[in-house]
Amino acid sequence: MNPIIEFVVASLILLGAAFALLGSVGLARLPDFFTRLHGPTKATTLGVGAMVLASAVYFTATQPGVSLHEIAVMLFLFITAPVSAHLLAKAALHRRTAAHDKDVDDR
Amino acid sequence: MMRRLLPRPALSLALFLLWAALTNAASLATLLLGVLLSLALPFITLRFWPDARRIARPGLIPGFAARVAWDMLLANWAVARRVVGPVAKLSPAFIEVPLDLRDPFAATVLGSIVSLTPGTVSIDVDRERWVLQLHALDAPDPDALVREIKRRYEAPIKEIFS
Amino acid sequence: MLNFAIEAGFMLIGIAMLLNLWRLLRGPDITDRILALDTLNINAIALLVLFGIREASSAYFEAALILAAMGFVATIALCKFLLRGDIIE
Repeated sequence: MNPIIEFVVASLILLGAAFALLGSVGLARLPDFFTRLHGPTKATTLGVGAMVLASAVYFTATQPGVSLHEIAVMLFLFITAPVSAHLLAKAALHRRTAAHDKDVDDR
Repeated sequence: MMRRLLPRPALSLALFLLWAALTNAASLATLLLGVLLSLALPFITLRFWPDARRIARPGLIPGFAARVAWDMLLANWAVARRVVGPVAKLSPAFIEVPLDLRDPFAATVLGSIVSLTPGTVSIDVDRERWVLQLHALDAPDPDALVREIKRRYEAPIKEIFS
Repeated sequence: MLNFAIEAGFMLIGIAMLLNLWRLLRGPDITDRILALDTLNINAIALLVLFGIREASSAYFEAALILAAMGFVATIALCKFLLRGDIIE
């Protein structure tokens, strides 16, 4: 394989893995649910996106024909990540207000 | 005639491109199957779709998408730094952004972009008051953030859709 | 170089998944657990893609695709259940 392509694939993999790890560190480390939400939605999504791009470059370089199906997964991840985050935040807010109302009722 | 055959031209095009990407555009036969599917699927799902969205200025989309992608990289860098740095120094906040948009689809696009870009996650679009509620990881100055979002993302989206 | 990057990638993703698992077990709220599960799933996709590169086989890619779709639907269903107490209305 061409050394330049190998370098590109290797750096995309390392970059992607590092961002995925950072997102998970955010998930483990930050103090409350809403701040935790930031790590996985942004860093992990970008990390996996970079990884999938590395796969696309690698298979385009090593196998006959272009490898496009990775792009579909990347698109899918980038469209679904905000939706999941949005619904999770909504659910958390709903639970928080429900718990609050229950406290008020109990008094 | 054209409208009868292609009730949702944009949807058909998107389906065809997705099919081509998923099958690696391997052979003429798979591409033909893709054409058939992208013609048939809009008919089957026609009743599920809300009214066709009119995009006023499609020429603006590539530039805007490039800017959002670039912002996404910068935002990730910023979030990564804050995640690794001291946690106690963060000032997370719930922020409300009053919208000029009045279109649910455009508001959804804005919400998704906001979730992926600067240290913010969108929580809710209030369709009665037209307010976008979001949570910021680190916002010492909420008003500046609101102005930034309106200028950087909402204004171009409004231009594209109306 | 590529081999080193792949091994390092496996390690980083592995640590990330351990951190997700810790959050999944610890909670404290159910929304934290759903978020941890979702992140675990996304990291599993990364692991599969990486494995595909290592084995130079695009077969793993189909599994990654299915994992992406199923994980998204699962997260949405769980959130919907929390919001409405029901999934299919």
